Order: sequence, then structure tokens, then C-alpha cells
Amino acid sequence: MDLSVSLPGLNLKNPIIPASGTFAYGREFAMLYDLSVLGGFVTKSVTLDARLGNAQPRIGEAPSGMLNAIGLENKGVEFVRLREVPFLEKQNTEVIVSVAGSSPQEYGEVVSHLLGVDCIKAFELNVSCPNVSNGGMAIGTDPETAAMTVRIVKQIADKPVYVKLSPNVTDIVKIAQAVEQAGADGLVLINTLMGLRMDLRTARPLLGNVTGGLSGPAIKPIALRMVYQVAQNVNIPIIGCGGISSAEDVLEFLYAGASAVEVGTANLIDPWACPKIIEELPNVLAKYRLNSVQEAIGKALPKTN
Amino acid sequence: MKLSNAKILSNTPIAKDVYKMEFECDFTDQAKPGQFVQVGLPGFEMRRPISISWIDGNVLRIVYKVMGKGTDFMTTLTPGTELSLLGPLGTGFPIVKRDEVLILGGGVGTPPLLMAAKAYLDAGAKVNVALGFNTKDEVFYASEFEQLGITPIICTMDGSVGVKGTVLDGAKAYNIDCPFVLACGPLPMLRAIQNTYTEGYISLESRMGCGFGVCQGCVLVDKSGMPVRVCKNGPVFPIGKVVL
Repeated sequence: MDLSVSLPGLNLKNPIIPASGTFAYGREFAMLYDLSVLGGFVTKSVTLDARLGNAQPRIGEAPSGMLNAIGLENKGVEFVRLREVPFLEKQNTEVIVSVAGSSPQEYGEVVSHLLGVDCIKAFELNVSCPNVSNGGMAIGTDPETAAMTVRIVKQIADKPVYVKLSPNVTDIVKIAQAVEQAGADGLVLINTLMGLRMDLRTARPLLGNVTGGLSGPAIKPIALRMVYQVAQNVNIPIIGCGGISSAEDVLEFLYAGASAVEVGTANLIDPWACPKIIEELPNVLAKYRLNSVQEAIGKALPKTN
Repeated sequence: MKLSNAKILSNTPIAKDVYKMEFECDFTDQAKPGQFVQVGLPGFEMRRPISISWIDGNVLRIVYKVMGKGTDFMTTLTPGTELSLLGPLGTGFPIVKRDEVLILGGGVGTPPLLMAAKAYLDAGAKVNVALGFNTKDEVFYASEFEQLGITPIICTMDGSVGVKGTVLDGAKAYNIDCPFVLACGPLPMLRAIQNTYTEGYISLESRMGCGFGVCQGCVLVDKSGMPVRVCKNGPVFPIGKVVL
């Protein structure tokens, strides 16, 4: 069974990619399994300077899902370049570095610190984090600011640029088209949906940040709908993301028009989720009479002339 | 760290809203005092981080308090049911050479200290124990420590049994001046201990995502302003290290 997928900058041996923020920089998982089984992985988002993230609590449960408000805690791009890149270089898989910032300019500055690093195969712009007050989702929910961010990064980047979009918008197609026109090489959708829970004991919002991002199986139908909508309106590849925890879920996203998928919350519940999905994927493809991943991509999309 | 489909052997109430659950589990040989497991519950997306209280052969014991829907559901589980356990997780209590230790447990912070007490006894230390609860209905684990040959000082906030007051009041009432402390309990208790003692270790609690160090969900800050992951660098930290 041919599981391989070729995307800008990414030669994926299979379409399974652990999502940003659920895989750190891969070290903890590399102690559990050989990362070379993965199609690739996306690092935790990195900003120009170190950030401490949000107040506790940062995690809450939701029906079939999780709320998180980590707040882009990270050690800054120089730490990544000096301390994480040497580890990333040793992994025989496609590494995508997730980039975040408070302004369009910061995204460009972060990328400029990572130029010439061969093991980084692509950048993923996180313009959709719902848990920070400056930048993040504010950038990804406005078509013009999102497009400006992409233009700035594209002028600097020596690797393809993917943009991870926010579902917290009225019309995700508009944003997708804006970043496509700005030169994005691919799209990742979706990031988390903004949500809220209350603590009954304190009569206050549960999370320190008040709101958090909803992820997990609860958001899968929304993610699928958005992939399906966007796939019909752009000509760049889409990496699907949102509540994927089985090979059947992967196939749904492929049918909807995704060329590969990112697996997020499932990694936190079962650290071996990705290798299990990869092992199961050939059986699921065969069950539905498919000979390759390629054959499944966009199969459910309306035929166009 | 392993994922184990662990069979429940028993699930019994031992105090008000507090249950003891024992599993047949295939990673017990790796578990150290102060480590925890992430308990997967059918119908709930997130695992529940719960400390390991005791290991006997391939039997792993946890003690949990009913705090919400998940732990309430746990009370309905019957022997023979299998739950997914991820563990053992985290950094537990270092077993260092000491002549004497003082173990302070508050409420459901008490369970992991039983295994730590045994380890210190085995290492040749004299082990003093004070356990604190709100009221006598909530008291548990006195007999478990007694089985190790330790008579714990029981303290209750309302004075309904034992010393009236906190575990610090209990240690004072019995003139225990041991400076080396191992503690686990609610945040106000740990703050008080961190203000009173400078030597030893405390075990912290935090809402967790993964439990193995990747999601940054449980992070607190240490005295130098650096983030620490409760699930990976802890849950046990040297007294005074973490800002509480």
C-alpha cells in the first residue's frame, strides 16, 4: 500500500504528522518510538523571545474534547536554534517548525533566525492561537493581516510556508484565499475553537486565561466541514487537523480534500496514537478498496470541469 | 512509561468521598514512591492523574477522592473492569540517607506518602508521620501506616479526633523537631510547610493534559522564574524550589 504523499518541501512517507503543541520538540516521544515512522512532525510554536505562557489552570475537559490555554509558552527561537535543532537533525522524518508572534513582523524575525537549517523542511505559521492577547488568532482572523504576515515571511523564508488557520471566523474560505494569494505554499486547518468552562466551586471561569481552545473528537465535524469547503476554493494543498484519533478519521479528512493530516490531542491521551494510526491505515484503505493515500485525496469533493 | 489495560481488583470506600482502588497492572516493577498514573475512563476524553499509593507484586493501588464527574464515575466501577493506565509517570520522592524524616500528609495528599514511608524505613530512617483532615469522617490510612510500624499523629481541623489543627500543629504537639520533611496535601498546607521547613520534598498537584511532559499544561514557575513541569520535573520537588 502506497502511503506516501509529496507536498511542497515535504516528502511524507505517510500522511500522519503530530500537531504543534502536542509533541513538544519530539524528545519525549523519541524515547517511546522511532520518530522515523512518522510522515513528519510539527514542533511547539516558537516566538522571538521566551514566553512564560498563561496562568494556571491551563487545561480543562470538555465532552469528547479538551480545553487548553497554554499561551504559547516557549523558550524563544535562539534556544530552539542552539538546543533543539541538533536533536531535530538526528530525526529521520520531516520537521516542520511552528512559528508564532505578536505582530506580522515577529513571524518574519523568527524565521530569519532559522534560515539555512537543513533539517527544517517547512514552516507552519500559527496565526490562530486563541490563547494570547496580542497576535495569534487576531492575525489569522483578519484576511489582510494574515496575508501581510504571509508576504513578510515568504520574502524571508528559505523553505515552504504553511499557514494554520483559525476556525473562529465567519468565513474560513476568505482567509484561506487571502493567504493563498499572499503566496502560502499550503494550509493547515483547523486550530482550536475558542471555548469556556466554569468552575462551579468558585463561580469563575475554570481556566486562568478565562477562555481556551477546544480540541479533540468534539471538533472533528467542524474541521472536516472547513477542509471540505476550503478544498473547493483554493489550489494549494491542505493538511487536515481536528480531532483525529483513528485511521478512519484520517480517511475522512483525505476524502474531504486534505493531502495529509495532523494528529493533536490524541497524542496526549495515548502517546503511541500516531504509530497505531500509521499501522492501521493500510488496512482501512484496503477495506474501502483504495490502493494508495493519493487515491483517497479529495475523493468526496464535487467534480469540477 | 507504559500503557496497561489494568484489571480492577477492588474499589472500596475508605472515608467520606474517598475510595481505594487496586489494579492488576504490568508496570508495577517500574513504579517508585511519589510517581503517578494517568487513569483513562471510558466516556471521558482526558485521563485523570492520580498518585500511586502502594505496590504489592503486580498489584497497584491508588486512592482517589470524588471531585467531579470523572471520579464520581470511578466509584461505580466494579472488580473485573479494565481501565487504561499510563505510567508510572513523573519524578517521585528521592530516597536520601537520613537518620530521621517527618512525613506530613493532608487529605488525599496522604496516599503517595505511604510508599515513601516504607522506602525510608527500608533505608534505615526513623519515620514520623502526621496526617491532617478536616473532620473525623474524612480520616483514612492510619492503619496502613500502623502496619508499617508507625503510629501516625492524626490531626483534624475541627478537633473531632486527634490533635485539633493542622499537621504542623500535630508535629509541634508531639515535639517532633525533625528538620527533614516529605509532604503532600492541599496548597495552603504546602505553602505553610514551605514557610516552616527548608529541607525535604513536597509533592504538588496540577491540572494536567498529557502527564508526560509535552503539553506544558501543568507548568508552574520556580523561584528563579523558570517554568517547571509538574508532571515531568515533578510532581515531587525540593522544598522551596517552586513558587506556590
